[in-house]
Amino acid sequence: MRISLLAGLMVLLTSLAALAQQASAQMALDEPAPMQSLLQEQSAVILKSSRKTIAPAIAAIAGSELPQAQAVLQAWQVKALWMRKSDGLFFRGEKLESKSYRLFDFDSGEVIGEFPKSDLKQIKPNSGIRAMIATALVQFQLSDPDPVRRQEALLAIERAPAAALLAPLRASIETEPDAGIKARKTRIAQLLTIAHDADEARRVETINAMSGDLGLDVRATLNPLVATQLQAFGGAVPEGLNIARAVMPGDDALSRDAAYGLLVGAKLAPPLVSKDEIRTTLAAHIDGGKVGGVPIAQLNTDEARARAYAALVAAEMAPAQITEAEVTQSLNDHIFAEVYHEPSQAITTAAEAALTSIDTQVVIGQTVDLTLDALSLASIYFLAAIGLAITFGVMGVINMAHGEFIMMGAYTGYVVQQVIPNHTVSLLLAVPLAFAVTFAAGVAMERLVIRWLYNRPLETLLATFGISIALQQLAKNIFGTQARPLTAPGWLDGAWIINDVVSISYIRIAIFMLALIFLGVFLFIMRRTRLGLETRAVTQNRAMAGSMGINPERVNMLTFGLGSGIAGIAGVAIGLFAKVTSELGSDYIVQSFMTVVVGGVGNIWGTLAGATMIGFFQKGVEWLNPSNTLAAQTYMILFIIVFIQFRPRGIIALKGRAAGD
Amino acid sequence: MSDSFLKRNPSVLIFLAVLALFVLAVTLLAEGAGAGVISTSFVKTLGKTLCLALVAVAMDLVWGYTGILSLGHFAFFGLGGYMIGMWLMYARTQAIVMSSLAEASIPATESEITDAIGNQIFGVVGSSEFPLIWIFADSLVLQLVLVVAVPGILALVFGWLAFRSRVTGVYLSILTQAMTLGLALYLFQNDSGLRGNNGLSGLQNLPGMDHVPQATLSIWFFWASAAALALGYLFAAWIVSGKFGSVLRGIRDNEARVRFLGYSVEGYKLFIFTVTAIIAGIAGALYYPQAGIINPAEIAPVASIYLAVWVAIGGRGRLYGAVIGAVFVSLVSSWFTGGQAPDVNLGFYTLKWVDWWLIVLGLSFVLVTLFAPRGIGGLVDLWSERRRPDRHGADLGPGAGALREKEASK
Repeated sequence: MRISLLAGLMVLLTSLAALAQQASAQMALDEPAPMQSLLQEQSAVILKSSRKTIAPAIAAIAGSELPQAQAVLQAWQVKALWMRKSDGLFFRGEKLESKSYRLFDFDSGEVIGEFPKSDLKQIKPNSGIRAMIATALVQFQLSDPDPVRRQEALLAIERAPAAALLAPLRASIETEPDAGIKARKTRIAQLLTIAHDADEARRVETINAMSGDLGLDVRATLNPLVATQLQAFGGAVPEGLNIARAVMPGDDALSRDAAYGLLVGAKLAPPLVSKDEIRTTLAAHIDGGKVGGVPIAQLNTDEARARAYAALVAAEMAPAQITEAEVTQSLNDHIFAEVYHEPSQAITTAAEAALTSIDTQVVIGQTVDLTLDALSLASIYFLAAIGLAITFGVMGVINMAHGEFIMMGAYTGYVVQQVIPNHTVSLLLAVPLAFAVTFAAGVAMERLVIRWLYNRPLETLLATFGISIALQQLAKNIFGTQARPLTAPGWLDGAWIINDVVSISYIRIAIFMLALIFLGVFLFIMRRTRLGLETRAVTQNRAMAGSMGINPERVNMLTFGLGSGIAGIAGVAIGLFAKVTSELGSDYIVQSFMTVVVGGVGNIWGTLAGATMIGFFQKGVEWLNPSNTLAAQTYMILFIIVFIQFRPRGIIALKGRAAGD
Repeated sequence: MSDSFLKRNPSVLIFLAVLALFVLAVTLLAEGAGAGVISTSFVKTLGKTLCLALVAVAMDLVWGYTGILSLGHFAFFGLGGYMIGMWLMYARTQAIVMSSLAEASIPATESEITDAIGNQIFGVVGSSEFPLIWIFADSLVLQLVLVVAVPGILALVFGWLAFRSRVTGVYLSILTQAMTLGLALYLFQNDSGLRGNNGLSGLQNLPGMDHVPQATLSIWFFWASAAALALGYLFAAWIVSGKFGSVLRGIRDNEARVRFLGYSVEGYKLFIFTVTAIIAGIAGALYYPQAGIINPAEIAPVASIYLAVWVAIGGRGRLYGAVIGAVFVSLVSSWFTGGQAPDVNLGFYTLKWVDWWLIVLGLSFVLVTLFAPRGIGGLVDLWSERRRPDRHGADLGPGAGALREKEASK
């Protein structure tokens, strides 16, 4: 109809042109313009402005291929479409002062004039209609010269994929100048094809083409295709349904109760009378202290209630109960099957196959991801424990305040960040500063307390615990109880995303690198420096080392300071991803001791192995039971207790005289 | 036997006499039974303190006498509390549910009652099913058995695993601390069956005793706590006074030597570890009805370390020291942290004890460890040693063996 009218117009125009060539341009303007006539044609629907009937009007405008279409739709969408009551013509209105509007013609773009509001009627699309207009506008935006607008349009399609968008999207791929946007358009077009294309063969082909893709969007597109609904059929399954599989009641997938519930829901079987209903019915039929001949006081067992209810049923005062035999009969009389929502079998088969192959890929990806996670957790434990590996592992001093040294390091980082706003500079400064602060604290503690308790390890434990609670409370008094932010510099933000399954944040990579550096530094100090040599000598035989000219007190002091200083640096690293609170250290202290004990005291490789084992074990349990990280820690501790049974001296045990006792 | 036992341990008689006097005084002065000088809440505080003293005695047995620094005894204490709390909560909820269901026109069936109780108790963690561990919750007798059995069996299994693989010293401390942490984390979960971090609450109300005012109940619990402390103290004194006690001290001072003498060191340790766990469980079962609420935070490892702190400050290796430490530190702590202590104005800074008490406690603990390893109880020695000839000089402390200074330097 529209086309015939357009054709009529064209004919009219050409004949007019033939008749009066010199005046043709002037004449054309006088004629009703194409967009205006189109709007006039749809006038009734547009004025009605109902979501149910508006679709043809929007389609007519969007599909008119007139250059003004986009402007009309945009005006409509923002409620700037006005109708002049005198002649019913549509214009774009612009509000002026004093309740009058300046109208613009869509076809010529010229100002028509200014009119008071009472002469006009505003077209107000509701939100449903605006959404439909937005969908229609997408096709214009897809070939907009501004790439940002095109990206927006693609985002809109991703958010609300619709069959209608497929054709304009495909059409816009060819002319797309930007390679990145073109790839994205192609991908979205493929996804739309899978979901909405009318051509089945093409859908299957596209599904097969995308079957190795790990993207979440692919799975989100494929999953609705294989969605099933459990249905019950009396007798044979009707033809034309796409059956996924038949199900027997009592299988794992379908319990008998659920199956019967399905029958009741489909009105294929009478509902069971529940215990609550029995109770309500009984309560409604109390008659002189009795129900169905049974005294009320006796109704406190299910058996007595059943008797009373049976009496009510016999008196036709209540619906009969369904017996177990009747349930079995109904279940036997029906066939249960999972039916695909998608009617085409070819598509569901292809989608199932694609999902299976994607799942395999996802499992591989998840394994890799889990391994990375576990490695990163292991490096965090290693960082927290490496200072302890020196003080506890090498010196045999148990320092319960180790966690508070970690906390001091983190707070040092926070304070430095308050003074120096540049995160990179402040971080680089915080690391040596944290080392200095905790080194000093460690040396002070060794001088004042630990030195006096070297042959009383249990008392060292308690004394350092006293220091630990004092330091924790001091931190609380200074910094308050709420968490303080220690912000990572910008270049550590974000994550290295390999695909939608495998990703790892840069901070975790940095911590992993830091752990490796610490390992190297530790090995270097212990094996290649004078301090390391003296430390090992004092550890092995204090008296002998002393007689060889080593000052054991000085060595102990420096070694303890070194271990504490490393804890401080670890604190800066941990503070970058954990909340900096006064309890930061105590969250790690038990795990750190576990790491050292499990790994084997006195051996840095043991600490490394212990951290790796604990990290992997904890991540493994979390993977088995993802909702519950608390359970993972519980199981980890249980595991460690059992592990100690088999290797009481840890993974890597010192042998011979060095093992001592 | 009993005669000679008391004769050999005069401190037991003194302790019992002091305890009896204390109980008498509190009873006469309390709101529930007498003058009303002491408020009900303070009677509860005193009753709780006696329970803490009992668990400190247990800690002293295992640490001061046997040398096992267990950082898990407060977990056993909490488990005892959970076990009695299950019955208290179940029975009380049952009474409430019964009275509300009694108004219905049809009497409720067993399963309806159970469902209603389950809904009441577990609604807060989004469940209404009774977990398996609540299977005995309706029976007071069985739950009382569990108060003893659960900490006892846990200690037995854990101790057997730990001692047979010869985990000693600080390693054992760390391992017990890990056990405590594991238990606390487990109880923090909502699906642990013990209401997650909500814990059990409303324990101060004894089921079926609604007509008895809290003032009277608090006195009853105070008496029960005092009786338990007296019995526990007698039991502990009896254990450490005989040959058995000598072996325990031998293990503390030199485990290898005792083993070479032919004693089954692991058996002794396991026995003392389990028995003290049971005492801790009983103390917990008396403590939490007075506290009214128990949640997993009570079991956190730090609580067990505080227990060690009390014993150390009171004086290890002497039972009255443990009691003095627990009573002194916990009462002083609650005085300082309760906001009753006056703030100290230093001119430039006002010292608020609520904030600074823990620092003072931590530092004084370091000082006690360094300078007064015998704790407050060591003051008694100043008096008793004056009556004895000074034979040897200062000892080297429990960790360095039984040698005294002069013997060691020979």
